[in-house]
Amino acid sequence: MTEHDRNAAAYWSANLRLIIGSLIVWALVSYGGGILFRPLLAGISIGGTDLGFWFAQQGSILTFIALIFFYAWRMNKLDKEFDLHEE
Amino acid sequence: MSQFAINLIFVGGSFALYIAIAIWARAGSTKEFYVAGGGVNPVMNGMATAADWMSAASFISMAGLIAAGGYANSTFLMGWTGGYVLLAMLLAPYLRKFGKFTVPEFIGDRFYSKNARFVAVACLIIASVTYVIGQMTGAGVAFSRFLEVESNTGLMIAGVVVFLYAVMGGMKGITYTQVAQYVVLIIAYTIPAVFISLQLTGNPIPPLGLFSEHTASGMPLLQKLDLVVRDLGFVDYTADVTNKLNMVLFTLSLMIGTAGLPHVIIRFFTVPKVSDARWSAGWALVFIALLYLTAPAVASMARLNLLTTIYPDGPTADAIEYAERPDWIKNWEQTGLIKFEDKNSDGRIQLYNDTAAFKETAQARGWNGNELTVNNDILVLANPEIANLPGWVIGLIAAGGLAAALSTAAGLLLAISSAVSHDLIKGSINPNISEKGELLAARISMAVAIVVATWLGMNPPGFAAQVVALAFGIAAASIFPALMMGIFSKRVNNKGAIAGMLAGLLSTVIYIFLYLGWFFIPGTNTFENVQANWLFGISPLSFGAVGAVINFIVAFAVSSATEAPPKDIQDLVESVRYPKGAGAATGH
Repeated sequence: MTEHDRNAAAYWSANLRLIIGSLIVWALVSYGGGILFRPLLAGISIGGTDLGFWFAQQGSILTFIALIFFYAWRMNKLDKEFDLHEE
Repeated sequence: MSQFAINLIFVGGSFALYIAIAIWARAGSTKEFYVAGGGVNPVMNGMATAADWMSAASFISMAGLIAAGGYANSTFLMGWTGGYVLLAMLLAPYLRKFGKFTVPEFIGDRFYSKNARFVAVACLIIASVTYVIGQMTGAGVAFSRFLEVESNTGLMIAGVVVFLYAVMGGMKGITYTQVAQYVVLIIAYTIPAVFISLQLTGNPIPPLGLFSEHTASGMPLLQKLDLVVRDLGFVDYTADVTNKLNMVLFTLSLMIGTAGLPHVIIRFFTVPKVSDARWSAGWALVFIALLYLTAPAVASMARLNLLTTIYPDGPTADAIEYAERPDWIKNWEQTGLIKFEDKNSDGRIQLYNDTAAFKETAQARGWNGNELTVNNDILVLANPEIANLPGWVIGLIAAGGLAAALSTAAGLLLAISSAVSHDLIKGSINPNISEKGELLAARISMAVAIVVATWLGMNPPGFAAQVVALAFGIAAASIFPALMMGIFSKRVNNKGAIAGMLAGLLSTVIYIFLYLGWFFIPGTNTFENVQANWLFGISPLSFGAVGAVINFIVAFAVSSATEAPPKDIQDLVESVRYPKGAGAATGH
């Protein structure tokens, strides 16, 4: 394995780690907070209803936006750190 | 000035703008025609993607669906936005790095197989054509209600306008008209919402109004809504659902389907760099969220507004008399989207949930069946009238609804025509076609696609509503997994990919046909479409996610039993993973 290959492999696994982490949050807010764990969050009230309802109708969407921008910012930085960015 | 004249000015003005853009943004090369020259600013592309994505269904139907279903229909909100996270992390940057013009082209190259490319073309065309029917019928509804023209005449006008900018400008013309269409549709959607939120909660920001106090009753808006609907025998607006598995799978199908829709993916081929594709997905979701955060507020407020119009003194007191109904009910009765039948002959409008459990209460109140049927689709379109807003807001809604339908139709038509001219003609029938010849072929395919779409809009198959499920099912079960495996696995080979796509496609299509009728022909369904008959309680609409899992399993199983892809294909996978060396989008 050349130095270049090792660098590329490290970059790819950093990307995979970032994706897996982001998708865990993605699933937690929508499938978790918005659907499956809604009964558990029923005690936390917000504006006349419960936190699960908020996640399903607003919270997930806001989290999705934050996730994409976080991912774009981290990856565009990793591109440069690993010297794999576009010219 | 009459309402008709105002509507004409708004719709005519927006159409004139789109035509002006078409003349300015003519495409001179295939690269401009397919990917707008590859130089679109990422924020602009985000805006164009938002218009491309938000269809007549998002603009007209979604708030009505949520109003009717309450919490249970949050699936649309999460499903139609969560797909962008998948797109941004799993597909868009790598496909941009690959740097070619179409989605089937990637599948054909990566799986070194013309057959794989054909399967992808077939999936793309079925998904996109079914989707475009919905846009054209949506445009027809907007035309007939607001411009008082025959729906067919309206569709022809729409067809001519799309023809002008899509045939002349290709992706370049479509991109800049979509930016203009986004601005029109988002203004049209938010202005009535702001006024309604102000009227009901005193809060001018609808997403905040949703969780605020209902001024008239002094209790939280959602609590008030729960009380009112409960008194009329409906399920609580915020009530939880019991079939959680189905809710999860439906949301997942919508997310994967969104990420796998070719007309959305190709928008990311138009930005200059890989890093731009990542940013652009974020901007797209920001622009989409402006509407998607407003929609649930519109949904709950419009439902409460409707019920308080019918029951001015509360749901347990007398309903309004039919003779005194507001003008907007009269207007929409003419379209047939609101229907009234005085079943107990008391001259009043009783709107309630006519179920066995509620029968006793209804009888005690002297009610003899629900008397008012309201089509979900009118909620957004009738919003300005319900809230007594000035005439120009109604004109704006008309222009906005048309912008939403036409922008999505144009994106779909480009995906279809590029699959025909680039994947079928250039890729297979006549590989030696000149640049000029291919551009001409692209324009002709576009023109034919528009004529077919307009015709389908005029003669919509009876199953128009169901086919959208088919479009998402196909995108989720066939296209998305193939693209993802093509990027994230070096081991999946041509045989695995083809077997996987076919397995995902067939299992999903058959499951849908079993319950909705074979080829959607009414009466041919094998099982009645009720939850008791569904496999593990999974509805046909939710099956796309299961189809995707089947696709992954079959593709990996077949690939591991057969030989690994050749070295140059493994190198291709390597190269799409790293941004370095990305050029502009190229043909070959």
